[in-house]
Amino acid sequence: MNYAIELKGITKTFGSVVANDNVNLTVARGEILSILGENGSGKTTLMNMIAGIYFPDHGQIFIDGEEVVIRSPKDAFQYKIGMIHQHFKLVDVFTATENIILGLKDQGKYNLKKAAARVKEISEQYGFEIDPTKKIYEMSVSEKQTVEIIKVLYRGADILILDEPTAVLTPQETQKLFAVLRKMRDSGKAIIIITHKLHEVLSLSDRVSVLCKGKYVGTVNTAETNEMALTEMMVGKKVTLNIDRSAPKDPQKRLEVKDVTCLNREGVKMLDDVSFTAYSGEILGIAGIAGSGQRELLESIAGLQKLSEGDIYYHNPKTGEVDDLRNKTPMQIRDLGVRLSFVPEDRLGMGLVGNMDIIDNMMLRSYQRGKTMFLERKKPKNLAEDIIKQLEVVTPSAHTPVRRLSGGNVQKVLVGREIASSPTVLMAAYPVRGLDINSSYTIYNLLNQQKEKGVAVIFVGEDLDVLLELCDRILVIGSGHITGVVDARSATKEEIGLLMTKTTAVKEENENENA
Amino acid sequence: MQAILASLISFLPRAIMQGTPLLYGATGEIITEKSGHLNLGIPGIMYVGGISGAAGAFLYEHSVDVMNPALAILIPLSCALVGSLLMGLIYSFLTVTLRANQNVTGLALTTFGIGIGNFFGGTLAKLSGTGETSLSLPQTKILFKTSLPFAADLGWFGSVFLSHGFLVYLAVVIALIAAFVLGRTRVGLQLRAVGENPATADAAGVNVNRYKYVATCIGSMIAGLGGLYYVVDYMGVWANDGFGDRGWLAIALVIFAVWRPHVGILGSYLFGGLYILYTVINIGVAEQELFKMLPYVVTIIVLVVTSIREKRESQPPASLGLAYFREER
Repeated sequence: MNYAIELKGITKTFGSVVANDNVNLTVARGEILSILGENGSGKTTLMNMIAGIYFPDHGQIFIDGEEVVIRSPKDAFQYKIGMIHQHFKLVDVFTATENIILGLKDQGKYNLKKAAARVKEISEQYGFEIDPTKKIYEMSVSEKQTVEIIKVLYRGADILILDEPTAVLTPQETQKLFAVLRKMRDSGKAIIIITHKLHEVLSLSDRVSVLCKGKYVGTVNTAETNEMALTEMMVGKKVTLNIDRSAPKDPQKRLEVKDVTCLNREGVKMLDDVSFTAYSGEILGIAGIAGSGQRELLESIAGLQKLSEGDIYYHNPKTGEVDDLRNKTPMQIRDLGVRLSFVPEDRLGMGLVGNMDIIDNMMLRSYQRGKTMFLERKKPKNLAEDIIKQLEVVTPSAHTPVRRLSGGNVQKVLVGREIASSPTVLMAAYPVRGLDINSSYTIYNLLNQQKEKGVAVIFVGEDLDVLLELCDRILVIGSGHITGVVDARSATKEEIGLLMTKTTAVKEENENENA
Repeated sequence: MQAILASLISFLPRAIMQGTPLLYGATGEIITEKSGHLNLGIPGIMYVGGISGAAGAFLYEHSVDVMNPALAILIPLSCALVGSLLMGLIYSFLTVTLRANQNVTGLALTTFGIGIGNFFGGTLAKLSGTGETSLSLPQTKILFKTSLPFAADLGWFGSVFLSHGFLVYLAVVIALIAAFVLGRTRVGLQLRAVGENPATADAAGVNVNRYKYVATCIGSMIAGLGGLYYVVDYMGVWANDGFGDRGWLAIALVIFAVWRPHVGILGSYLFGGLYILYTVINIGVAEQELFKMLPYVVTIIVLVVTSIREKRESQPPASLGLAYFREER
């Protein structure tokens, strides 16, 4: 039998970095293959070579048994290969249809109406819901993803590659996507999916191929494996994947958010009458669809967002006083020990300066403390070296610009710096975004350690499984409202998923019982 | 009332004449910017278009006794196109292939283009042996300025709209074609995608670098025609530094027109009118310069308004000024 795609001995280097080293891979029609690997193990690079974005240094690619050369995305389309990238490749000011037909040449006259009709037809065939004339910038993440998928289907792709498609979806949306993917598999398409989430791998795929540090480790049938075995293949050693959640010790009121409302620049309410309390020694999770007000909430606490109504009270553990953070500057709030580590989608957007090295990024937090006009470099240097050692940051040296580190390592530097200042409130937003399983657990353990030290940890996460395992309580936010507060030890994923899509507020009645 | 109307009828054609070089420059720059390249070399390219055309016309005028009207038009026209194409190629090679900083490259090209214009302008003037510092092209001007024979019989309508040489109408036609191509064709869609998000266009199978090269070169050639128009039609004389700051005005017009070539048509005549408004208002030399600022003031107002409205469609192409490299990590 010929495979839809067969890779033999693929090698790709970027400068001195070997991204893929002699990788072999096969996928057949009518099957879903998962590709698993830590960050920087070369999964995306490998897929980009099939999609024509990169060109391999060595090795061969076979399609249906014939050797092919894929020099550009256009070549890939000819072989009916379509890739849905992790960072969507869509033009924001174009409509769905315009994005879908972009780059197509072969269909006679330029006719947007006809194309829109075809888009509708495809979406009905697979059970998508999409408005072909809607502009991309007005769409939600899952709508954008739908456009991406229709884009490759429109081109008649029968080999689909999806790079972390579920990273930004709610559980319900993920289930919908999986249903569509299964439908496609059953209609004879070959599907490759990259994901970090082991339970998704197990529930969706037929086979799993594992990469580790650019090398091909092996392929197993999904039915014959389990989470532990896969992780071991991925990391190359046995790892324990559990979070020791201890009961909160002596919880004290630390942060009280009262009736907070805030508007964005267009005057739309991003937070609407939000109230909750964060206690010391507990991890308060925040769950919600991306863009429901999580960012605004954390920024309000950090003093970066103007409140139009409401107050935020900080119970100072050292003095016992209660401060209203509303009247304080971000700098004063920071000095109280309220720390924010926000990892935006592009990772470097807030908190780190990409072109500066690790030491200089440490200094961003401390440069004002110097007493002379010259910069104090010694302490930041020690701190940088400590973080590199303790968190196992992979970097040539402390003098490497942060931009050159891989995503996981950037996040370790950011979280490490915020933790190093011994905070009393630690807010971490998406700290494991795009991180592989091993690095993620390093971060979870760090947060857990902070909790045990009596820090009030606020954790905004995407993966509900993790939220349920790590947090003590979970606050669910939907369209700027608090739609529910649940006990993480007893709640279920479905329950939270439902609350996430609700848009009306519930008041926190059970607040005191949980505390 | 009669007097005001009469002065308006004499003012409008002049506004159109002033606006035409701006329209060429702006249309060229819009096409270039839609590919994601902010070509600040446009003023220099317009100079080069002007001097190439002037040189072609001058050499032809002096090499034959009786000029063939077709050749007398085609020679300067092709010289201007080739000259500005070369400038466009320099810019594209530096910014697309070598991924040099666009602003630095553009500014260097402007300095370079003005220098070239002045150098050859001075040399040719010396060659003419008249002892003048400027290059006079009387016969070529007559040919380029030829308008429809019945224009004079049509009263005010004829003198405002039909009394111009063909380059004035060509500018409008090019702007309309550019608007059509950008908005209504597959090529336009792909070009806009390249300027908005080259990685997306690339992944969709669009040859990004080819679009960037072609857009920049076509844009430069169109802009070069603006320089040609100024020299052989409007002035009929090449004088060093005579083109002034019209190149920058054309770039301001791009913003005024919110990257839409058809808006640029009216915008260019408005700019042209504002630019010479001081000639109809009786004021001293000192205040003239204040009036010449008006187009820029209007541009700033447009910038403020579009920024406040925050309409995504009125923003510059999203990756304007950024180099694209497929394998960047």
